Amino acid sequence: MANEVKLHGVTGSPFVCRVKIALNLKGIKYEFVAEDLSNKSADLLKYNPVYKKVPVFVHNGNPISESLVILEYIDEVWKGVPILPQDAYEKAQARFWAKVIDDKCIPAIFKAIVSHGEKQAVAEAHETLQFLENELKVKGSKFFGGDNINLVDISATFIALWVGAAEEALGLELLPRDKFPKIKEWCDNYLNCQAVKDGLPPRELPVGFFKSRFGKA
Amino acid sequence: MNPATEELIPVHQKMEDEVKLHSFRGSPYGCRVEIALKLKGISYQFIQEDLNNKSQHLLKYNPVYKKVPVFVHNGNPISESLVIIEYIDQLWKGVPVLPQDAYKKAQARFWAKFIDEKCIPAVFKVFGSHGDEQDVAEANEQLQFLENELSVKGNKFFGGNNIGLVDICASYIAFWAGAAEEALGIELVTKDKFPKLKEWCDNYINCQVVKDGLPPRERLVAYYKWRFGKA
Repeated sequence: MANEVKLHGVTGSPFVCRVKIALNLKGIKYEFVAEDLSNKSADLLKYNPVYKKVPVFVHNGNPISESLVILEYIDEVWKGVPILPQDAYEKAQARFWAKVIDDKCIPAIFKAIVSHGEKQAVAEAHETLQFLENELKVKGSKFFGGDNINLVDISATFIALWVGAAEEALGLELLPRDKFPKIKEWCDNYLNCQAVKDGLPPRELPVGFFKSRFGKA
Repeated sequence: MNPATEELIPVHQKMEDEVKLHSFRGSPYGCRVEIALKLKGISYQFIQEDLNNKSQHLLKYNPVYKKVPVFVHNGNPISESLVIIEYIDQLWKGVPVLPQDAYKKAQARFWAKFIDEKCIPAVFKVFGSHGDEQDVAEANEQLQFLENELSVKGNKFFGGNNIGLVDICASYIAFWAGAAEEALGIELVTKDKFPKLKEWCDNYINCQVVKDGLPPRERLVAYYKWRFGKA
């Protein structure tokens, strides 16, 4: 049965990496179609006319956009290692936290990065991260998904790699270990997972990106 | 009851199920959940929240956003309307809110996200700015995607012959936007610019479960006059 799986993306995008990690977790072979965001392919524009962004996942010619939508699709079509819990309530909680990460955490952290660690921006970022810290504390498990990574862990990939890279590139402290011991521990554990390692770019890439994009002159 | 075929569909709601919805009358996001519940024939207790004086329960159930709606099933709270609706759809069979097919389901989730992230904010901005030209242009751009989607699919609803997740998400456009347009004397979703979307609005608010879930229009118009009206 023909199963053509393609992923349009760029190596340095945390959202594209979410999809790569999910595909790795499930052991799905795919073709990576590297996009040049300053010169988007005709295919990308055809597949995602609304947002014109990556990642775009194409399964047997059918395109899907938006990383969390893609992840849910992958989980439904390919069984094996689950990305979402089976239980309806736990599944709802996972979706909720993925949404918090996208709607609150990442924008707040990004603002703190762009402002070069401005006090108010960092305070707001910490406020959103505190929710994740509490969640890990309450759960008392290695990952948001329990013993194994799940949708929430994958959603938080940005925090695991890109935040550290921004800290290094710009000399900021965004995620102090004394304030966020659980998240820090989670980062170490998460980055140690094989599916994650195989899905991430080398650390120098986001470091270089942050230096060139936001570094002081 | 399936609103399209008027066929009675058994809904398995256990006697001991405790279903509550914290919201306020007139909330478009709360109404989404109410429409989904009515579609499934699920009985629930509506708990009216005063947003200027939020209940202890609400703050306990939703410490992250402190918003409505919050859905509480047997004491277990869930926040965020789209997350709630997916939960309801999974737990209570009967009239489906999401498609069965994985790809169609993904498309539905995509459009629901688009409505929340792009459409509604753009439309809301028009009302806040009293129809500023640039804001209207941006709103039109987003609404055009929905117009195209209805054109291409050629169905009565985003969900096909029956309403689904995307229709329910777009409740704001079907009802709240029209009320705001009337209150402010602004024309946004017009028949000549968006014929398919206008037709969809009429069909959507004509569904019984939707009618049952919507607040009284006059009250909403009055609220918008007060909220956005010029001094």
